[in-house]
Amino acid sequence: MKEITVEADVSKLPVVTEFVDALLEEKECPLKVQMQIDVAIDELFSNICYYAYDSSGDATVCVNIDGEPMTAEITFKDKGRPYDPLKKPDPDITLSAEERDIGGLGIFMVKKSMDEVLYEYKDGMNILTIRKAF
Amino acid sequence: MIYLQPGVQYEEMSTRDVYGKEIGTIMKINKIEEGNKLTVAIEGRLDTTTAPELENEFKASLENVEDLLLDFEKLDYISSAGLRVLLSAQKQMNKVGKMTITNVSPEIMEIFEVTGFSDILTFA
Repeated sequence: MKEITVEADVSKLPVVTEFVDALLEEKECPLKVQMQIDVAIDELFSNICYYAYDSSGDATVCVNIDGEPMTAEITFKDKGRPYDPLKKPDPDITLSAEERDIGGLGIFMVKKSMDEVLYEYKDGMNILTIRKAF
Repeated sequence: MIYLQPGVQYEEMSTRDVYGKEIGTIMKINKIEEGNKLTVAIEGRLDTTTAPELENEFKASLENVEDLLLDFEKLDYISSAGLRVLLSAQKQMNKVGKMTITNVSPEIMEIFEVTGFSDILTFA
């Protein structure tokens, strides 16, 4: 298990992405899965940056890659206000461009591309975990 | 390549690696204008950190454009922030002309399909 703690600010997204990518590359994660995980990191980390805190706070990202088949488990933790993004209704993806409301699209993409997405609120923390086998 | 120690807090992390190369937020925009036609080639990552740059680019250069062609040959990935910018450009272009996307990789096409964007966007 490796982890990194950064200020919950979108300017730190590249740092988190690089951190996770380096670990995925070590385990020879296919490029496509890496891209899907990178997109998931973008969505989940930016959610914390925009919504978790009134002023500023930290976000911790834990990475564990092992098992058979090899599975990446990435956990995002923040001490901000309790928020379960999985409760957000899926967007209507059949609407035309004019009718489309873009809300909820990010978490929807994560749900579609990952094998599992889990949320819990524990010890004053939002804990969101994604799992993807490769 | 950057080296990070697990559990260590990086407050003032440089956005450049040891070779001076910019980490992460890499996106390049190349434009070619021919009359009312504008071709925009996007290279790198269209994500939360880079999408505002493309949005500003569209704000600055879409006036008088009737035919917008987006070349995604060198686009590595797109997040919902990038999709948001594409949707707003598509809406704008619907009013005055057309927007077409070309050279979409299978990985990015899958994102368009999952999100229903493949029905909204036009591909060539």
